[in-house]
Amino acid sequence: MLEIKHVYKTFNAGTINEKVALDDLSLTLCNGEFVTVIGGNGAGKSTMLNAVSGVWKPDGGTIIIDGKDVTSMPEYKRAKFLGRVFQDPMMGTAAEMSIEENLALAKRRGRSRGLAWGITGKERKEFKELLSQLGLGLENRMTSKVGLLSGGQRQAITLLMAAMNKPKLLLLDEHTAALDPKTAEKVLNISDSIIKENNLTTLMITHNMRDAIKHGNRLIMLHEGRVIIDVSGEEKMNLTVEDLLEMFNKVSGDEFANDRAILS
Amino acid sequence: MGLLNAMPGAIAQGMIWGIMAIGLYISYKILDFADLTVDGSICTGAAVCAMLVTSGMNVWVSMIFSLLAGMAAGFVTGILHTLLGIPPILSGILTQLMLWSVNLKIMGKANQALNARQFDVVVTQLNKGSTILALVFFCIVIIAILYWFFGTELGCAIRATGNNLNMSRAQGINTKFNIVLALTVSNGIVAVSGALLAQYTGAADINMGRGAIVIGLAAIIIGNALLSKISDNFAVKLFSAVFGGIIYYIVYQSVIYMGLDPDLLKMLSAIVVAIFLAVPYWRKQVLKPKKKEEGSDARD
Repeated sequence: MLEIKHVYKTFNAGTINEKVALDDLSLTLCNGEFVTVIGGNGAGKSTMLNAVSGVWKPDGGTIIIDGKDVTSMPEYKRAKFLGRVFQDPMMGTAAEMSIEENLALAKRRGRSRGLAWGITGKERKEFKELLSQLGLGLENRMTSKVGLLSGGQRQAITLLMAAMNKPKLLLLDEHTAALDPKTAEKVLNISDSIIKENNLTTLMITHNMRDAIKHGNRLIMLHEGRVIIDVSGEEKMNLTVEDLLEMFNKVSGDEFANDRAILS
Repeated sequence: MGLLNAMPGAIAQGMIWGIMAIGLYISYKILDFADLTVDGSICTGAAVCAMLVTSGMNVWVSMIFSLLAGMAAGFVTGILHTLLGIPPILSGILTQLMLWSVNLKIMGKANQALNARQFDVVVTQLNKGSTILALVFFCIVIIAILYWFFGTELGCAIRATGNNLNMSRAQGINTKFNIVLALTVSNGIVAVSGALLAQYTGAADINMGRGAIVIGLAAIIIGNALLSKISDNFAVKLFSAVFGGIIYYIVYQSVIYMGLDPDLLKMLSAIVVAIFLAVPYWRKQVLKPKKKEEGSDARD
């Protein structure tokens, strides 16, 4: 479903702030795989997702989604393959537009937009149904502006939007990091059920090792721009945070440098 | 009595500037793009209309050419910003400067008379009654078209682009295309208001657009302050820009009547706009510490 082949990316090349973010990164995801991604600060987690979603072009390497080479496809065109949820709850929705309008925008992802109505009566019913499944009472506030909602509610809507039309690949970029623990758990559970229900191939970045172990069916750890740990199946199910830290120290010869990950 | 006599004129001129404010609303409010092109494109619309009508063309057809000329100006600003990566304000200023030359070339001089006694025009200060009726028609048609357009898939995509670029691209929206399209439509409407202004005042002048963006902003801000509580409806928002324009010109006529030096009017307009733009910022500054407390309470 997704193939990342020998991708390189250096930021601020040739300056004193030069930073190699992705260093010969390769990763292949099969159909229906739910991969959690962990790694220290600056390991290249978000950079990897940005490379896949086309925020910029990598310095080298190839990215293939669903058999199609998308390496030089602009971000907005690539969007038809992808559903994305960002760390910042403000980033995934249009604050000045209503809940139903936001969902309608997502519904038209990957289609050409013409002079037909931006939202139809049939869609309103469909969205009401979708929203009621969240159990947040949003189905009665469909014409409210998204900007009036809480961060958790916005992330839940962004998740619905991302899963709309069953994208080839769902990208979750620390999408619960900005939420309080209770809301974060709720949003994670919603994510789980949406992914399961639609059988979505998923890449989920998290800073929380426990979440990374608990969710998904494969876990990878990035370090200095490449995959250093890749476990799946039974091995992943029996994994503990201590195991992970030990594996990390062994593979990288380094201490795991992410306070957030250790403390949480 | 003199002031009352001036009211129909103030209302007519206010409505013309209100139409300009509707155009500006698209760039400033919907697209979140402070587009200085309008200072030039309003004059372009006026110049094109004045030249074509005085050369014998039908006034309605001339106004279509004004519309197209304004759209071309907006298109240039859009390209400067999206394709050449120039920041919004600077893109607008560059087009505005280009338009200065273009407008002089269109007219061949700095001022082109458009005498309503000699030519058939839609609006003129010689007949304020029919002028106001015609302007009401223009406002209704423009608001109706925009109300429809911004409810379509394309219009929604433009609104999303102005709201959140990241989200728009993630939802497959070609944000660059939408920015260019919105600026094109916006400046087309501004040019139409310029064409109406030339007919109304009986001349197109190279300086007529100076500070236009400030008058348009004032109309938007005044209208929003007075009518935003009434309804959240998009058509009401567009109408409030026209309403703001009318109030602006009524106040304008009143302060002139009261003996204020007309030279000071632009200064006054700019100060009013500055104050209104500052209010939301200062409200935030003052409320900030309080908000923080609330936030930490919630977390505990």
